[in-house]
Amino acid sequence: MLTITQALHDALVAHARADHPDEACGVIAGPAGSDRPERHIPMLNAARSPTFYEFDSTDLLKLYRELDDRDEEPVVIYHSHTATEAYPSRTDISYANEPGAHYVLVSTADTDGAGPFQFRSFRIVDGEVTEEEVSVV
Amino acid sequence: MAIEVRIPTILRTYTDGQKAVDGSGATLDELFTDLDTRHPGIRERIVKDGELRRFVNVYLNDEDVRFLDGIATKLADGDSVTILPAVAGGAGAQPRPAGVVAGRRAGGTR
Repeated sequence: MLTITQALHDALVAHARADHPDEACGVIAGPAGSDRPERHIPMLNAARSPTFYEFDSTDLLKLYRELDDRDEEPVVIYHSHTATEAYPSRTDISYANEPGAHYVLVSTADTDGAGPFQFRSFRIVDGEVTEEEVSVV
Repeated sequence: MAIEVRIPTILRTYTDGQKAVDGSGATLDELFTDLDTRHPGIRERIVKDGELRRFVNVYLNDEDVRFLDGIATKLADGDSVTILPAVAGGAGAQPRPAGVVAGRRAGGTR
């Protein structure tokens, strides 16, 4: 289960909405081993694409150095889908390299008729996707 | 010639969980071959058909080696090499289907 504060939840949705129709991406860092997402770090989508995202490689190095220095880890790795549902695509699965992270997908496409945004969380380990409950506190 | 290599979480299965290992080589190519002698299989996760894999970033000190000489980048004693898989993905698929009403996204009423 992913437990996330309302403020962080809203910050991710706001980022996804702001970058629409391009995909937005970023992480929420937390103390290593805590599984608590605490610090929102929006990242630049170097691909600037409606169907693809990639952290800029220089920013990526800076991010991981910073996390290391602060004894943090990427608790949440998120991105948006802007025309499809908030479910990991084949691309998402093949590039998922953090088995300990919660992969959050935010959809800015109203594909389910259930409301303006989907906010869903997954584990992606060895190519296997498992959806998990999201608890907003 | 000792070069420190920082290993990402996903590849630590090859290094008994170590975050950094030492290696040697005059180029990145040689370094990854050297690492593979002690950590079998690691090279293949980084290199494909003699080139760095597209979605694996390798840095020499602070520089992405794609802006240097890629896998042929020369190394010197005391250099630090960092390996980081790209954080990437995306829908990558079909454009938005026709008939989805975009205007509903902003509204709260249904």
